[in-house]
Amino acid sequence: MTEKVAIVGVGCTNFRSTTPDLSYRELTYEAATKAYEEAGVEPKDIDSFVSTAEDFFEGYSIADEYCPDQLGAVLKPVNTIAGDFLQSLITAYMQILTGRLNIVAVQAMSKASNMTTLKELELFAFDPVFNRPLAENPHFVAGLEMNRYLYDTKITREQCAKVVVKNKLNALNNPYAGHGAKITVEDVLNSEIVSYPLTRLDISPSSDGAVVMVLASEETAKKLSDKPIWIRGVGWCSDTFSLESRDWAQPISTKIAAEMAYKMAKINDPKREIDLVELSDLFSYKELQHLEALKFCSKGEAGKMVDDGVTEIGGELPVNPSGGSLGVGNLYECSGAQKALEIILQLRGEAGKRQIKNANIGLAHAWRGVPTTTSVIAIFSN
Amino acid sequence: MNNKKYDFKGTPLRGSDIKEKKVLTTSWRPNLQYAWDDGVAIGRYLKELKNGKIIARKCNKCERIMIPPRMFCELCFRATDEWVYVENTGVINTFSISYVHWDAKRIKEGEKPFIPAVIEIDGASEGMGILHVLGEVDPEDVKSGMRVKAVWKSPEERIGAITDIKYFKPI
Ligand SMILES: [Zn+2]
Repeated sequence: MTEKVAIVGVGCTNFRSTTPDLSYRELTYEAATKAYEEAGVEPKDIDSFVSTAEDFFEGYSIADEYCPDQLGAVLKPVNTIAGDFLQSLITAYMQILTGRLNIVAVQAMSKASNMTTLKELELFAFDPVFNRPLAENPHFVAGLEMNRYLYDTKITREQCAKVVVKNKLNALNNPYAGHGAKITVEDVLNSEIVSYPLTRLDISPSSDGAVVMVLASEETAKKLSDKPIWIRGVGWCSDTFSLESRDWAQPISTKIAAEMAYKMAKINDPKREIDLVELSDLFSYKELQHLEALKFCSKGEAGKMVDDGVTEIGGELPVNPSGGSLGVGNLYECSGAQKALEIILQLRGEAGKRQIKNANIGLAHAWRGVPTTTSVIAIFSN
Repeated sequence: MNNKKYDFKGTPLRGSDIKEKKVLTTSWRPNLQYAWDDGVAIGRYLKELKNGKIIARKCNKCERIMIPPRMFCELCFRATDEWVYVENTGVINTFSISYVHWDAKRIKEGEKPFIPAVIEIDGASEGMGILHVLGEVDPEDVKSGMRVKAVWKSPEERIGAITDIKYFKPI
């Protein structure tokens, strides 16, 4: 039985605010074609397909049924995960670990530009009895969370703003990223307050795009790829939905998911052993919160890491070298895919201008956004 | 049909009880709107419908002429090759005669049933067709294998939608 699983092919589209020239099917088709070409496989060689789709985001009920065509998965085993791409990746990983399936393709796609009532759609995720009647805008939950986090840790809005500046700057060196910019801390602090203390620039803008990856068992992976990227550990966790009784200062689900993944990957000292991180920065403060939950520093210390330049490309622990969601865009279910993609490109040494030297182990993390408490982690090595 | 009545004990609740707020309720009307990008294939298909024409796309590997058109062949997993106009006539593959509306309400006495049908279009590959409705035909006369023709809305009424064809009628 195989115990090791690798990513042997990746494909993606550009990540842009709008993609009017392509339907969602054509978007995924582009990413799939690239991934299969890279892996040297055709759909007939692939044993199973895992797609990622959330009905309300797609605007279809049972969106699963609209996934096979563009993946070459017609009349093949397909299952769809209503979660983040990283959850789909873990599903594919486990399918291969059964020993019954050898090559599995994983997909996620965002057509955020097609959701014309995006804020109301996000509000629809709130509890209808307790929360929806009071809610005006889903960002207020991020405002509540940021405020308590800053209060508890004494981390400042300036330090959060530095995350935005760094990530948007990183995105300028990522040809796939759609929201790169050279801005200042003042620009972030002076942008309109959306829900105090959160400003417009603290929030990642939405993006369209698709990612497909091909996974294979150890022997097959070595045959298919001269640069297989191995899955070393995975973890996932969901907290209570309750806005009334969750921990507002720290994302415990990320902490628990990390413990699960670290145990599996036999990582004892994440900061020393992991070379780079792509973590959820859907809001600026989330990057700092997640750094702490992932045990790269102790509680309240993430602000100092940013001040000291530790998390920059060239720093001791580069964080979101791709530009993260703040620089690439919020890709919804596809967010974790963009994170994993960057780790894979970096571990292969194919990240161009933003290449990190001696990148051997990387961590990808996704959080499913407001108001959720679901976190997913995958650790990769070359 | 079993007409036996069961006498279940419980508290009956009518729609009107909710409307009249006799019971505790909360309601929410979602406002979810989408504007799907049509992309190349569907975009051209709709534009041609507005012109009163049906267009398909051909895959040179499997030789299928496909409607609705697509930019990639889902079986060969390769880009399709050419645009092909097809006829606005075809053959009924399957049909049904529907006596209920979307909300499961029965049609009114004297109201005509709705006859959805899959029509294999002349010029497209076997098994390729349009899901539409039949008109100008009595339900009892409809048969699989029957030849039908599209009845179009007037050019001024057409907007680039599948409903630019009003219905298919026997020929
Ligand atoms: Zn074909």
